Amino acid sequence: MLMLECPYCGVTADETELSPGGEAHLTRFGPGASDDEFHDYLFMRENPKGVHFERWRHAYGCGKWFHAARATDTLEVFGTYPAQTTKPPQEILDKISAKRPGWTWRDLK
Amino acid sequence: MSKPVSALNGAQFHGIAEVRDLGLQGMITLRGDLTKPKLKSAVKSVTGLALPKTGGILSDETGSVAWMSPDELLLLVPYAEVDAHLATLQKDLAKEHSLAVNVSDARAMFSLSGPKAREVLAKLVPVDLSPGAFEPGMMRRTRMAQVAAAFWMMDEDTFHIICFRSVARYVFDLLTVAAQEGSEVNAF
Ligand SMILES: [Zn+2]
Repeated sequence: MLMLECPYCGVTADETELSPGGEAHLTRFGPGASDDEFHDYLFMRENPKGVHFERWRHAYGCGKWFHAARATDTLEVFGTYPAQTTKPPQEILDKISAKRPGWTWRDLK
Repeated sequence: MSKPVSALNGAQFHGIAEVRDLGLQGMITLRGDLTKPKLKSAVKSVTGLALPKTGGILSDETGSVAWMSPDELLLLVPYAEVDAHLATLQKDLAKEHSLAVNVSDARAMFSLSGPKAREVLAKLVPVDLSPGAFEPGMMRRTRMAQVAAAFWMMDEDTFHIICFRSVARYVFDLLTVAAQEGSEVNAF
């Protein structure tokens, strides 16, 4: 079972209390973007076996969006952090590096 | 004028715990920046209570203030006093980016009480209800089987539970099934 700590409530929420929001830290391309940029924004997603960054919403709790860094193959959670950021905090990246040397995700490593 | 009644109008059930529709309860949703002194003093003037900490609820004999999210509080006040309190809030917070709304009739409120109350509720929510993990003074919004609900403890043997009025019967039935005679788990 996947359990994530909501960074706003501080409660460890069961997956059934949350709504998944897909991949984290997407750059939005809208009006004015090229067709290729818009295509990639809409369709191109990571599909890692391992470290992944996602958006989740504490739907049955405080209702807020947050981010989670976790491993898709083991359900290990490296950490959660608030939504008001465009990249993961350094302490979470350090934690992942300590546990999974050599990991990569998009341009992060 | 029609006479307001609560969703299940005082329904009761006695099993391994007692379930009771608590009747009319005044509820005000207050959204805004919880760090603003103006908001704190407005809450104080309406309820006499301070702001609860994250995930908490503060109560006295007449009401409560519960933390609902980083920008939302739930004020529990006597049903008949809601309009007066709303007017006070809206006056005090006229210059703040905030919202105060009467949600009393949008919700139902139940009590679940008795020495087995913890384990009856533990059958229905994905929350650790063991003594020490959940205690009076804590507010928990979660899911109860398939619907949204929130609860807190009045004392060691009593929970108060709120849900949307449209699912009041569903929640009451859930509680009565979980509290039926002979269904003790003795988990705690
Ligand atoms: Zn939350």
